[in-house]
Amino acid sequence: MKVEITVNGEATTADVEPRQLLAHYLRDTVGLKATNIGCDTSSCGACTVLLDGEAVKSCTVLSVQADRQSVTTMEGLDGAAEGRPEHPVTAAFHAEHGLQCGFCTPGMVMAAVSLIEHDEDLDERKVREGLEGNLCRCTGYHNIVRAVLVAAGKDPDAAQKAEAASGAPRTAPGFSRGEAGA
Amino acid sequence: MSILGTRVVRTEDPVFLTRGATYTDDLIDERLTGALHLTLVRSPLAHAEITSIDTSAALESPGVVAVVTGADLDIAPALLFPGANKAMTRPFLATDRVRFVGEPVAAVLTEEFYQGEDAAELVDVEYEPLQAVIDPLAAARDEVLLFDEAGTNTAAAYGYDTEPAADFFDDCEVVVTQDLVNQRLAAAPLETRAASAFWEGDRVTIYLSNQNAQGGRDEIAGWLGMDKENVRVVLPDVGGGFGAKIGSDPEFALVAWLARRQGRPVRWNESRSENMTGMVQGRAQRQTVTIGGTRDGRVTHYRLDVTQDLGAYPRLGTFLPMFTRMMAPGTYDIEHVESRARAVVTNTTSVAAYRGAGRPEATAAIERAMDLFAAEIGKDPAEVRKLNVVAPDKFPFKTKGGVEYDSGEYAKAIDLALTEAGYEQLRAEQRARRERGDVRQLGVGVSSYVEITGGGAFAEDASVEVHADGSVTVLTGTSPHGQGHATAWAMLASDQLGVPIEKITVKHGDTDLVPRGGGTMGSRSLQTGGVAVHQASAELIDLAKQRAADLLEASVEDLELDPSNAAITVRGVPSAKSVTLAELAAQEPLKVDTTWDGKKPTFPFGAHVCVVEVDTESGKVTVERIVAVDDAGPVLNPLLCDGQRHGGIAQGIAQALLEEVLFDEEGQPLTGTFADYGIPSAAELPSFDLVEMTTPTPINPMGYKGIGEAGTIGSTPATQSAVIDALSHLGITHIDMPLTPLRVWEAIHAASEAST
Repeated sequence: MKVEITVNGEATTADVEPRQLLAHYLRDTVGLKATNIGCDTSSCGACTVLLDGEAVKSCTVLSVQADRQSVTTMEGLDGAAEGRPEHPVTAAFHAEHGLQCGFCTPGMVMAAVSLIEHDEDLDERKVREGLEGNLCRCTGYHNIVRAVLVAAGKDPDAAQKAEAASGAPRTAPGFSRGEAGA
Repeated sequence: MSILGTRVVRTEDPVFLTRGATYTDDLIDERLTGALHLTLVRSPLAHAEITSIDTSAALESPGVVAVVTGADLDIAPALLFPGANKAMTRPFLATDRVRFVGEPVAAVLTEEFYQGEDAAELVDVEYEPLQAVIDPLAAARDEVLLFDEAGTNTAAAYGYDTEPAADFFDDCEVVVTQDLVNQRLAAAPLETRAASAFWEGDRVTIYLSNQNAQGGRDEIAGWLGMDKENVRVVLPDVGGGFGAKIGSDPEFALVAWLARRQGRPVRWNESRSENMTGMVQGRAQRQTVTIGGTRDGRVTHYRLDVTQDLGAYPRLGTFLPMFTRMMAPGTYDIEHVESRARAVVTNTTSVAAYRGAGRPEATAAIERAMDLFAAEIGKDPAEVRKLNVVAPDKFPFKTKGGVEYDSGEYAKAIDLALTEAGYEQLRAEQRARRERGDVRQLGVGVSSYVEITGGGAFAEDASVEVHADGSVTVLTGTSPHGQGHATAWAMLASDQLGVPIEKITVKHGDTDLVPRGGGTMGSRSLQTGGVAVHQASAELIDLAKQRAADLLEASVEDLELDPSNAAITVRGVPSAKSVTLAELAAQEPLKVDTTWDGKKPTFPFGAHVCVVEVDTESGKVTVERIVAVDDAGPVLNPLLCDGQRHGGIAQGIAQALLEEVLFDEEGQPLTGTFADYGIPSAAELPSFDLVEMTTPTPINPMGYKGIGEAGTIGSTPATQSAVIDALSHLGITHIDMPLTPLRVWEAIHAASEAST
């Protein structure tokens, strides 16, 4: 089947198998390799891209479903063509050490871009929940969460500062709290 | 001011954050053009005889170029760990028998990726099922044998030839014993295994996702019966390893062999579900701890008994219990320590290294034992630890595990962690909640740990070359998979040479560029490879001074390097001539190759405090806080160091609370995808509180120890301990990991049944 998909502002077209995944279209047909595939079950989020502005896991979208739509990958963000991480999110990931092996990073960055666009009032808890669909095995998320808050214009240390100012115990519910086994 | 110790952002990142890193499956090497895609047909049964393999239907499938079975191979089955029972070899493709779900049985080569998935379905393999043995304690009884010719399932045993003395604990006022499960984990790097290979005459180049190019080259050459000079291994960017990418996989050699047979390049990139059964897994120990001492809190006796589950074919897992025995006494000065271990095969995925590799298992055991001992005598677990840790004036300390701890301040680490956590207030809050009968109970866990880094492989090469344009190339035998070596090694060279890091290129992971090296594992890189770069840079300055002496008409002793412009100048004579390293390099090559012989491993240490809330109605655990004191000596780059600590802490909490690889009784994996295997997301973890402490090692001139695995080793027992602590007033003294809501709820339920 023939598809026409705008990728990072450029028109692309190809004759694809109906079962081809968008992730494979981006990687193998268009040749953009930043988008990674880390699992078979849409669990890891390494393949997250924006499809007409919405974050999707490109391993759960068929290429034909993206026909006549617009896809943005990490290669399409500000400065990427020149090799400079100048988009607020990529710049913050760099400054805050929000990546180690880098495999989850393109998907994590695109999920963060979408999260920031959709919520003007992010805090740590919202960022953690907003990134729930993207797994990282290296960073423990600590610096990823910081990077997203910085990119959103929020002070990543705000909650700790507030607690310090109020003298409230650091174990008070609300901040820095993870629920395991949920 | 020295660049060392400063927060330098990574030089690797701009590429990673724009076009993305280049992993093995991303490679666009023209010599891989037209590569065939390899799809492996894997066993659906854990233990079975293969009665027939019919490839005819698969051969008819579109795009299929070849279907290869074990009968076609001319490479003999290999023993994947040299120290294991020699009869326990693994074929590259199974021919007569399969021993775990996921074992490769046939190889399908197709023009395109999707065609391989179709054709692999059509390979018809008939099996005659055999009884599977999954539990390592059952396997040790040898009732079902995996390798008939071995006559036993025990691949290796350490100290298991005699029975432990019955009177060992007779002098103790208090003795506590407990069976423990240190459950099997999947390393689960986000990038699965991948390899691609092409031949040029008799020489093969293999791109791998791996932690050690040189070791991989040697293993693959051995398996293929080739001279290692004819095998080139290149590691491009690697998407995480965590120990599971130490050592080569039989699949890698198969990719190279198939490329030779077909006369075409071959690519292989496994799926996640293949990875969850095919890639080596970690931990997987059953332990029995027995601890004894005095009523006033002094621990005098400790015994550890380990049964290591190796999975189907002995691999690096065979060695893990050696590390566990070595580190058995942990941070404690215990007079009588004994341990023994055996490593047995089962019909499950093979076991090898996973972050910490044998040391988290040792720490989990001794820390659990300390808690049980403290509970038995009714003392505070933090106090009992402080009473028993090795005193600072006893270093270097020869342990009963048979190693020498280099330096440490164990009690200070515990104190720092307790203070930062507000331990006394936490205990007060805990008492208040218990008195109120709150549904959500508070738990506090304390761990004290010491680990061995750079253990086993000490020496590492480095080369530093200054070019005529003033740029510098550093070659290192370590190779990163996310740790940031390019930045760290550039900082080390920059600090010595006065060349800015932007002008320094660090190369690694290519056996043609760096023929010798030990790779990145066991947190060895900085203390071996990094120190080698430091040494090479110093030697390069010495060489430059010798070359400059004539030019500057001064004796070598009077020369020094001016770090502001990377020039050799005459000491104390500002007006004298000078010559830059670049100018010297323009005259003749300015390059140094060196080897740092670390001689000994180092022993980083620390203490963690974990604070949890446990919902006593649902069993749900919420991690409120984790405070980590991790002392690995001086810090080269706090950004990178903290990053390693964060990742390690997360994986440690994950073991304590969430992760476990499970098989059913017939050996079918129950956690074969990320939908079933519980890797924590950002939503399940808190941010981490890191506390600094710096105790240098005398083992190397920089004082560096390793940090890669420390976070994992400290956080697991602290977290497990915290959950049990939250429930101790109910009479609960132990729950095996992972402390999932179900398991915690069951323990609460059982305790309440017992009390009524």
